[in-house]
Amino acid sequence: MDKTLGDWVVFVLLLAGALLMCGPFAWMISTSFKPGPEVFLYPPTPFTAEPQYENYVRIFSAIPFGRAIANSLIVSASVTILQLIICSLAAYAFACLRFRGREILFLIYLSALMVPSQVTLIPNFILVRTLGWIDTYQGLILPFAFSSFGTFLLRQYLKSIPQELMEAARMDGANHFQIYSTIVLPLAKPALGALAIFTFVAQWNNFLWPLITTTKPEMQVATVALSTLQGQYNTDWPLLMTGSVIAIIPVLLVFAFGNRQFIAGLTSGAFGGR
Amino acid sequence: MARAEERAAWLFLAPSLVLFLAFTVVPVISAFIISFTEWNLFNAVNFVGFGNYVGLLHDEIFLKVLGNTGYFVLVSVPIQIAIALLCALALNRGVRGQTFFRVVYFLPVVTSTVAAALVWSWLFNSNFGLINAGLSLVGVTDLPKWMGSTKWAMPAVIIVSIWQNLGYAMVLFLAGLQNIHQEVRDAAELDGATGWDRFWTITLPLLSPTMFFVLIISIIGSFQVFELVFVMTKAGPANATNTLVYYIYQNGFQFYQMGYASAAAMILFLIVLVFTLAQYRLQDRWVHYG
Repeated sequence: MDKTLGDWVVFVLLLAGALLMCGPFAWMISTSFKPGPEVFLYPPTPFTAEPQYENYVRIFSAIPFGRAIANSLIVSASVTILQLIICSLAAYAFACLRFRGREILFLIYLSALMVPSQVTLIPNFILVRTLGWIDTYQGLILPFAFSSFGTFLLRQYLKSIPQELMEAARMDGANHFQIYSTIVLPLAKPALGALAIFTFVAQWNNFLWPLITTTKPEMQVATVALSTLQGQYNTDWPLLMTGSVIAIIPVLLVFAFGNRQFIAGLTSGAFGGR
Repeated sequence: MARAEERAAWLFLAPSLVLFLAFTVVPVISAFIISFTEWNLFNAVNFVGFGNYVGLLHDEIFLKVLGNTGYFVLVSVPIQIAIALLCALALNRGVRGQTFFRVVYFLPVVTSTVAAALVWSWLFNSNFGLINAGLSLVGVTDLPKWMGSTKWAMPAVIIVSIWQNLGYAMVLFLAGLQNIHQEVRDAAELDGATGWDRFWTITLPLLSPTMFFVLIISIIGSFQVFELVFVMTKAGPANATNTLVYYIYQNGFQFYQMGYASAAAMILFLIVLVFTLAQYRLQDRWVHYG
């Protein structure tokens, strides 16, 4: 086949694929602006002739959706900040300090990557319930405040920082915490950025844990609120699509700003292990 | 000096150790113990030995759940990987708009599965959905009832899963392809290898570490499908889409059979462990490093 013709065919196929990937988003947005009865027309109208914003108002009175978005923000931001701190502290110990049992402890941390989250689901639920943390922020946040993945990602990155930098600082009388906070953390910004975006997105989309540990509507996060909405308004498609649009906007914003770091984080997590 | 360094190390590790013990180590051990009990959270714990495991193996629904999960994994993973590889190969030719395509194909990966499942439920709606409208437009008369039918519910879930996850596999393949040096392929071309030969004899073997990794994480991820089922079908109709994690959720948090649910979770753990260990063990034998 002619080389340029081949390229052209590939381009058209990729474009068709891109339309399939975007189609559901377009349909979500289009439906969210439709007046209620219009969704039951046949054949479906691609875009409504009378777009209306009523659904974007109605959703906040149908369920406490504003509160749910705020909860998602609080939980995702808290988990992200805590993970950055706790994982980077651990990563510093594993990458820059010598202590007995370092290799074996790191291996134990790593082995947690093999445990599916559903295995710890029931005992963690019992623990959080026993502590009286159902319907609390600490119950939503603390189980995710540390991750083996984050520690591993940061440790791999810190290993690449030249030891001489830290030696020099130690000669100048800096203690380990000063080295960690003034030398290592600033140098680790790319890895921290990747972990931050990855963690925020994963937390925002988290569903099963907040589903079982919240009972009050005002403590639900966005994903759980969305499934509650589905239960209450199961044929009100414009309202359900409105909720979906609102629930994915924050993640898309984060991704728009950081898609390079995000993908870099995912692939380094994938290939760093070998 | 060394003593001070040692003390500093444990201080740095302290927060992660506490959380790791509380939310991972102790729970894993507890889950194992709970799987040998009968417990509904309210009454006293009752040890039943292997009762839950024996019960699961005689539980018709559980066997169906295993079959459904296997069906889901066996169909969704190969299709997803094939499409992802094709897309990555296409993008790797240096087409115009590579960044644009990469971002667009990746969008579903970062989208909340609950929101994605909702819009696909609407698309698959058998009376007013866009998909059946399109099918009837091209002359299909016997329109599938999708989530309302025992035959089509699982394919619907599989389609959404492929749509959502293929971008991740594609990005991993792209990274793998970019690791293959251009010189290797140029050398092959000089030797007279055609595009197709080059793919089978150079690209694919050199891509095998990535292929293996993508395969294993796709399989492990697919065994854990939950949100799609929860939103699209609630495991129905007639348990046609009930999968392993949904069954754990159902038994644990709807029927409050903590022991039974934990035993099912242990079986999931075992399956995931087998694939993870296979990755470590077989990687050296299957995989050609460049």
